[in-house]
Amino acid sequence: MKQIDWSSLVINESGKVVKKFMYVNRHAPHGTIYPLEGLEVVLIGAAFDQDVSMAFIGDGVFQLNKGQDTADSGMKNVAPTYGALGDYEVTKLYVEQESLDERGLELNDLMNLTWEDEEENWAEKPSIRVVSRAQLSDLLEQQDVILNF
Amino acid sequence: MLHTVNKSPFDSHSLQTCLGLAKAGSDILLIEDAVYAAMSGTAVTSMVESAMSSSTIYALESDLRARGIGSEKMISGINLVGYDGFVELAVTNDKVQSWL
Repeated sequence: MKQIDWSSLVINESGKVVKKFMYVNRHAPHGTIYPLEGLEVVLIGAAFDQDVSMAFIGDGVFQLNKGQDTADSGMKNVAPTYGALGDYEVTKLYVEQESLDERGLELNDLMNLTWEDEEENWAEKPSIRVVSRAQLSDLLEQQDVILNF
Repeated sequence: MLHTVNKSPFDSHSLQTCLGLAKAGSDILLIEDAVYAAMSGTAVTSMVESAMSSSTIYALESDLRARGIGSEKMISGINLVGYDGFVELAVTNDKVQSWL
């Protein structure tokens, strides 16, 4: 049987094991229920004090597109929820550069999402980090749990 | 004939298949996630632009707005329609093919 490497486990201040959770978002918003379901699971993971990060690849990058307005189509607008992620300590949103390029998007086209760093006198910092496919590949390798939506 | 397409061109080949089979003079309406095909500067922009020489391309305005695609991000020459325009296209064409 494989031995558990206890030294690799991170323990938080209340003595609980913290795992690295990566939520991989690959679908465009509105067309399917995946993005909404994914967001709900992300918020649950964050409530359990886990080390949560999100990746946006392929059509998933469209979830962060600025100026989404669903009033005329009669659908729920999920987009404002991304703005609340920082308050739930979900502060690492990795966006793949290659996916942006294919879709004619740049960082400026995405929502301005921020979080406040308690350790630096609540300084406001950007949550979105644009990374290359190779960097994202490394990030995936570092996770304990990966969930796709 | 009216062709409606509802899948993202980056995630599915349905738009590509539709454009390959649509006869000259067709009306092609982009709805739901297919409206991403109306954006300029993407990997599929040239495919859509070349289809515009033989067919008329429309995109549903409310689906564009839901996805934050303003006219400044769109290929020029794509016609915007509302739900009333969608109905108009469906009744003025003899047939409708839905590329689901």
